[in-house]
Amino acid sequence: MTIVGVLYVILAAMLVWSIIHGQKVIRTERTDAVFGNPIRTMGGWHWVICGVSSLMLFWLTFSWDAGKAFFPEAANELCQVAKLNRAVKPIRSAYPLDNRYLLSTRLLERDFRQIDLLYVRLSGADFNSDDREELNDIINLMRDALAAQADSKFISPDTEGRFKEIADRINRVADDLLDEGYPGPADPKLLEEALAQPGWGESSTEIPPLPKSDRGRGFDAAAVVMEQIAKDYGKIRNDSPHITSMIEEIKSRIDGFVIDDSGSEHTIERRAELLKQIEKISKRVDDLKIFPAQITDEVEAALINLENAMDTRQGPLKMVDTWAMPGGSILAGNNACSEQGSGRWLPKPSDTLATFLHMANPDQGYKGFPLLWFKMKPVAEMVGFLTPNWITVLIPGEHARHNDLGQIEPSFKDKVYNIATGNFNSFSIPVPTGHIWDSIMRVLAGLFLGILLGVPLGIFMGLSRFVKGFFDPLIELYRPIPPLAWAPLILTIFGIQDDGKIFLLFMVAFAIMVISARTGATGTQLSKIHAAHSLGASNRQIIRQVILPNSLPEILTGIRISIGVCWGTLVAAEMLAGTTGIGFVENVARKQSDYEIIWMTIIVMGLLGLIFDMIMRFVIDKAIPWRGKG
Amino acid sequence: MSNLVATNLDMVFSLPDETAVHALEDVNFTLKKGELLAVLGPSGCGKTTLLNIIAGFLHPTGGSITLGGNIIEKPGVDRGMVFQQGALFEWLTVADNVNFGLRMKNAEQSEIVERVEEWLEIVGLQGFGDTPTYQLSGGMQQRVALARCLINNPDLILMDEPLGALDALTREKMQSLVLKIWKETGKTIMIITHSVEEALLLGERLFVMAPRPGRLHKEYRLPFSEMGLTGDPREIKNDDKFVETREEILEMIWNMEEEIMGKVESN
Repeated sequence: MTIVGVLYVILAAMLVWSIIHGQKVIRTERTDAVFGNPIRTMGGWHWVICGVSSLMLFWLTFSWDAGKAFFPEAANELCQVAKLNRAVKPIRSAYPLDNRYLLSTRLLERDFRQIDLLYVRLSGADFNSDDREELNDIINLMRDALAAQADSKFISPDTEGRFKEIADRINRVADDLLDEGYPGPADPKLLEEALAQPGWGESSTEIPPLPKSDRGRGFDAAAVVMEQIAKDYGKIRNDSPHITSMIEEIKSRIDGFVIDDSGSEHTIERRAELLKQIEKISKRVDDLKIFPAQITDEVEAALINLENAMDTRQGPLKMVDTWAMPGGSILAGNNACSEQGSGRWLPKPSDTLATFLHMANPDQGYKGFPLLWFKMKPVAEMVGFLTPNWITVLIPGEHARHNDLGQIEPSFKDKVYNIATGNFNSFSIPVPTGHIWDSIMRVLAGLFLGILLGVPLGIFMGLSRFVKGFFDPLIELYRPIPPLAWAPLILTIFGIQDDGKIFLLFMVAFAIMVISARTGATGTQLSKIHAAHSLGASNRQIIRQVILPNSLPEILTGIRISIGVCWGTLVAAEMLAGTTGIGFVENVARKQSDYEIIWMTIIVMGLLGLIFDMIMRFVIDKAIPWRGKG
Repeated sequence: MSNLVATNLDMVFSLPDETAVHALEDVNFTLKKGELLAVLGPSGCGKTTLLNIIAGFLHPTGGSITLGGNIIEKPGVDRGMVFQQGALFEWLTVADNVNFGLRMKNAEQSEIVERVEEWLEIVGLQGFGDTPTYQLSGGMQQRVALARCLINNPDLILMDEPLGALDALTREKMQSLVLKIWKETGKTIMIITHSVEEALLLGERLFVMAPRPGRLHKEYRLPFSEMGLTGDPREIKNDDKFVETREEILEMIWNMEEEIMGKVESN
């Protein structure tokens, strides 16, 4: 058994255990007659296990990962079954097995409706009486020709014999399938080739197409025979002499009809158009694909016979198909088989993990950029980034000029300029890099700016009626706008690189921080401010020492909310534009329908959001232990 | 001499609907240095307004109030405040709450440590310096508030129902503590209370205030605080004169409340 199989069994055991344990715990708990269990909101870690294992079992089952683990050879056999299904499909679709009606019934119904429409059009068209009568006759003839095809009186013995022959051939295939020995011993060379194929999901072919097992070879051989039967079935026409002579007459009378060219150009055009429509319908009548209902019975019975034989030959494979590969099945294409159904868009956890490990390898990464890694960066670059270039201006002296020999002797000012621009040799230090790191840095930068500007403004809004009145409309007006509504504008102004995204996140965090800091500042008890005043604190000291720490619970809650909202906004913004970031990865994967990467990015985003929130919970517990205990 | 002198004090609050509330009318008194004044009265008689004016949080609309000859205009370190709920800074430890005033005027670190130790001992909180205040009981929180106020060495201590939220036993202990501090430091103390017994036990002088408009109704000079410094407060409470005065004041306040109710009903 594979790792996934072992995991599946363990998860199932955990699920059962957690439910049993939960029931035991419930029995020991006191319950209140009105409220129920008073401590039910506390949950319980056994229910966490129950939830997580249910979810994992659901994923493993519906992604067919469990099926693959327990029945690794099933896909190859089901592929052969799919080949036979595909071969018989052209015949089956003409019978009320997969469809509601017989194909002949559907065709008759459609063609009669079209002919009725022709009568209506003819009555409204501008023809002289002779022409009108002639066309009416033609349409009547077409109607009769259709009715004749449905009539068993007119069926030719040849056609009837062909139907019988097809039914016999299908029955023979069914009988063959029921014979365990069919199609005889395998050709060793072919078998060797089949066994050498990569397994299910091991290569880009997905499912090995050549039959490996005896059962598989049976279906494979039957499929080849069935393909020929279907081809022959498609050639059958209802071409008895009576019907062909009617068709000939229709054709000659349409060809012989001359459009009356009196009247306006428009009228003539309308006449030609109607004639064209009559001609079009007459070609449908000429298909000769409509047969009397009675003569199809034998083929239908043979198809049901074949279906039963297929089920019998499949045996337990049928159960595997239903229970281990739910929500769809394996379908055959021209020369390959593929998973269709939930197995298509719900990648297997094992494949998702493999994709993640592949991408987590810094040499691979995604689009030439690792997910999360480090790179060596010279200190000079950072010094150059952090030092503003204008400090050079403060240095006295002039920049160097070249002398007559073309040499340049750098002055002190030049040396400072080199440092300010990072143009010097230095050692390198490792710095983090990668898609995930870029996303995190954008969130933190936007959040940092939002806190830096939002908290002071919020506190002043909580303290001053002027500041509150002045800024309130501005903030309240832009706050309810979904951040992504700003995105097109901001990306245009600031560009698709980090600046635009950070500004977008800043806007999100700023509004939240202003409001939470304002709430905190407004909520400061007057007695605390009075106490600080009478202890000799100045206004500035009161803001820093009393109002700010007093607002800390609201501010930290605001930061917690901001991180969540920023994270959501960022991923969406990265999907709009950009060349790095976790949202960018998902966007590219979306364009390529790469479901494993899509799911991987979704999981990574969820986990990162969870980590952010857990860090904030920890910080809140440590920073404001007095909350709720006053 | 840092006496507290109130002259013709008037306080009128204008309401947004153009009416006015007369919170204080023509209040005159002089509180000498080292006196312990208790202020008593029914709700709405202007006790807290008077205290806020003395603290400098409110400006009187008429008359003047001076401490040691200086007109009171704003809050200052010469007047310490103790509030009903302590109004402690819960994000700070006990020691940091107590030394708040010293830190605000950038005192030396060594001085801060020394004086915090000293005052924690006086209020009976030795060893609690590093405890966060939210872990303290109500009585201990009021001790912190007392120490925080006294460490600034104010001339006048203003207490706004400081023991109102405490249970009976803690309350008795705190009353002794207030008396002990009063005796040892010789500070001028003004204490507002709802409890007649507390006012009688603590107040060397006692003002009974009357509402609508808020004014001084009657003044007592009482011996019980001196007695309380040495004697058992429970014995004092059974003293005949104590009982007599208590009943007299209770009836006085009862009548005032009746009068207010009558006014409200006739409206």
